[in-house]
Amino acid sequence: MTTEHQEQRESLWILTAAPAIWLSHFLLSYITGAIWCAKFAGSDGSLGAVRVAMAVYTSVALGGLALIGWRGRRRTSASPRGEAGASDRFLGHASLLLSGLAAVAILYASLVAVFIRSCR
Amino acid sequence: MTGASPGDEQHAQAERLLQVWKIPTGWRYWSAVNNEAVGLWYIATSFFFFLFAGVLALLMRTQLAVPENELLSADLYGQTFTVHGSVMMFLFAIPMFEAIAVLLLPQMLGARDLPFPRLSAFGFWCFVLGGIFLCGSIFFDAAPRGGWFMYPPLTSGYQPGIGADIWLLGFSFIEVAAIAGAVEIVVGVLKCRPPGMRIHLMPLYAWYALVASAMVLFAFPPLIVGSLLLEVERAFGWPFFDPAGGGDPLLWQHLFWLFGHPEVYVIFLPSVALVAMIVPTFARRPILGYGWIVLSAIGTGFLSFGLWVHHMYTTGLPGISLGLFSAASTAVAIPTGVQFFCFLATLLMGRVTRSTPMLFVFGSLAIFVLGGLTGVMVALAPFDFQAHDTFFVVAHLHYALIGGAVFPIIAGFYYYFPLVSGKMLSDRLGKLAFWLMFIGFNVGFLPMHFTGLRGMPRRVYTYPAGLGFDGLNLVSTIGTFILGAGVAVLVWDLVRPRSRQPPAPRDPWSAGTLEWVQEMPGKPWGIRSIPQVDSRYPLWDQPNLVHDIDAGRFYLPDAEEGLRETLVTSAVDARPVLCQRLPGSSFLALAAALTTGGFFIFGTFHWWRPAVASLGAALAVILFWLWTGTARRPEKDEKDVGSGLKLPLYASGPASIGWWGMFITMLADLTAFVSLVFGYFFFWTIHDEFPPTPNPGPGVFWPGAAAAALLTSWGATVLARRWNRRDRAFGCHAALLGGAGVATAGGAALIAGPVVTGLDPASHAYPATVWLLVLWTATHVAIGVVMQLYCCARRLVGHMTAQHDADIHNVVLYWHFTILTVVITVAVIAGFPLLA
Repeated sequence: MTTEHQEQRESLWILTAAPAIWLSHFLLSYITGAIWCAKFAGSDGSLGAVRVAMAVYTSVALGGLALIGWRGRRRTSASPRGEAGASDRFLGHASLLLSGLAAVAILYASLVAVFIRSCR
Repeated sequence: MTGASPGDEQHAQAERLLQVWKIPTGWRYWSAVNNEAVGLWYIATSFFFFLFAGVLALLMRTQLAVPENELLSADLYGQTFTVHGSVMMFLFAIPMFEAIAVLLLPQMLGARDLPFPRLSAFGFWCFVLGGIFLCGSIFFDAAPRGGWFMYPPLTSGYQPGIGADIWLLGFSFIEVAAIAGAVEIVVGVLKCRPPGMRIHLMPLYAWYALVASAMVLFAFPPLIVGSLLLEVERAFGWPFFDPAGGGDPLLWQHLFWLFGHPEVYVIFLPSVALVAMIVPTFARRPILGYGWIVLSAIGTGFLSFGLWVHHMYTTGLPGISLGLFSAASTAVAIPTGVQFFCFLATLLMGRVTRSTPMLFVFGSLAIFVLGGLTGVMVALAPFDFQAHDTFFVVAHLHYALIGGAVFPIIAGFYYYFPLVSGKMLSDRLGKLAFWLMFIGFNVGFLPMHFTGLRGMPRRVYTYPAGLGFDGLNLVSTIGTFILGAGVAVLVWDLVRPRSRQPPAPRDPWSAGTLEWVQEMPGKPWGIRSIPQVDSRYPLWDQPNLVHDIDAGRFYLPDAEEGLRETLVTSAVDARPVLCQRLPGSSFLALAAALTTGGFFIFGTFHWWRPAVASLGAALAVILFWLWTGTARRPEKDEKDVGSGLKLPLYASGPASIGWWGMFITMLADLTAFVSLVFGYFFFWTIHDEFPPTPNPGPGVFWPGAAAAALLTSWGATVLARRWNRRDRAFGCHAALLGGAGVATAGGAALIAGPVVTGLDPASHAYPATVWLLVLWTATHVAIGVVMQLYCCARRLVGHMTAQHDADIHNVVLYWHFTILTVVITVAVIAGFPLLA
């Protein structure tokens, strides 16, 4: 019973993994930019280092999402057909979709670093 | 026992169930905790607050109908728009969501009730008390007047009356109730589904309610902390938001909108959930894109936490911050759009039958799409610079909230009314109400876009003639009165006498979801027997389901022991794991609400002695409630719940619902604490030197000593759990008592830090923040000590044993969170100054 319980908890948490990656990327980007401009570069300073940091955050985040999406897809296809594997297939499908949405939102956010070059 | 029951045994079972679930009569009616009773009170009260705030809106529109009008003074107008906005948000939209969930979720999930019925009742009574307190203030010219988002310094330095205190304390009280409701809903959705209703078969309403409740847990705590800071500044002069003392009003804006923007989606998601239940019924087919809608709900829930700065575009933040929030604000349109396309696709693929609920659904879709589109416009910073604080924003938010919440809720009223009263609402009056509301709303609010673009600011009590605002404002006023007439028709339809009206047929809309198995009129037991569910639309897909439920052929068809019970199932696959005993009617929830409310209400008037006495009484009532009503040892280990299935009657740790309740509550608590820590680092970013030099304290010694003592106490509590499980009574008692002693010393050492180093909280934002972190943590330690002593007492009288150890499991979980709070506090107040 205990291991069953453990499995179940993990499998529901998987739904929060992709959005959590988006949230981490978002908050890290925001905090890095805010601290850089407030404490180091000044209100007219260059964003240089922040843009590099955001590129790194974005690559890592997209890598993580690719992994979650791939696992979700595999879970969908590998689960037994019929009712037995239905909830597994659903969770795999939902986590794949969520990693897609998170990836789009992360690309939106990373575009900011492409176009904005200073702290103004 | 069940399948072969002769008729008279079935009858006897039904009688026993009825007796157990009976709603008390006479004055004891108000001690009821059944979801049917509490849910109905909750809906009626929040709808009453909606009407009250609506009347205030009509007053405002009358004032603005013509230029230079003198119907309302500037001051009274300030109170009117503040109370209107605050009541609509805090006393209508959020409570209405929780009210509908409390009433309907058990029906949708085939549960007898939600897992913590008394907590629902407590939440309701807190809400009523706080709501009356806030609404009543306007009749004494004492209402808040700072707008529903209460920006300091307007609300700190310039408004000396008690209006702002009423807002801050009254709503903090109501937010506590909202969090209690959210805990109830999360645990209910995850653990109280009928056997077989696996995660992919859950009604969409349950998904949305789960997401919205989870959002409440993370969105409300920042506002509670913000309110705490602002109230402490107003009452004791700790300068969190006063630049003269090193504070910053922008901190309030961050904390408020960290709550405020997700809140919009907390309102929107459960309302659109009603649409997701109504659409398949009238399209006569299952919903299309179930997985996509779940994706949308979860995705929107997360993305909504990345939008808060879009309310602060004009505060001078760096472009990169604006850009990031603009990106998230436009991205959230994607999941929002996805669910709407799923609804439209379902309607296109089905055979739509006409009905009043569908009329309101169509109205909602049309209005919300417009509100969403203007939302994308104001998400773009350059446009927002122009439209900020104008009537354009007023138009946008009303399109979003009336389209996204009010219309779906009214659709829900028409759809679900038979479940509540056993009778239908009038189709004719419904259509009349709809057209009056739909036309009135658009006539009223569409022109406001143009009033705003022409430059009329929001929240002005009047305007000079000839600026191009006159005609538009008059049209808006006419429109809102037509809208008001529509609401009046709805109210009449809801309250008109129905004694001659025949009862509604069972499942009057031929819907497929489980709530419609209810008999007309409904019985207080919720459902006659808890079925095995194999489909998203069991009434469409499972033949004989209603008959078998009525015949008591499924689970828990009886109440042999005369106790209220429901099934607890596993979170993903809904396998039955526990037969949960539920508490019956009691005035304890009301008493707890009155005493807790006393603390907040006396505090508003700065009557500290009665406030503290009330808090003490609240603690006593809550302890009595816990002692007599929770973790009770059953008379036997397991029971036959029907169909030959035997389930345990007691569980502890993660297998019990109480543990999950504690876990979820502590997540909210931790979020509040993180908001406080955010305040500390926010001050660090705006000051050249933070902590100010020379370093004023609290030093390393006292916080370090506190951390050592509290880590010891935490370890002792964990050991107590282990020794209790091994039935080593002496070790368990010694660990708990020793842990309580060491924790008391640790809490004192924590407070000693700022005392010994002479930190004066009224002198600067730094000592104020340190003091608040210390007091927050020390309060948690004090509660932890009470819990340790409570477990000791439970063990002593035999309520807690080696096998029945739910109490100590929950207390250990509380201590895990508390020790995390301690470690972070000490790292911040003692460690960070060494680095900075």
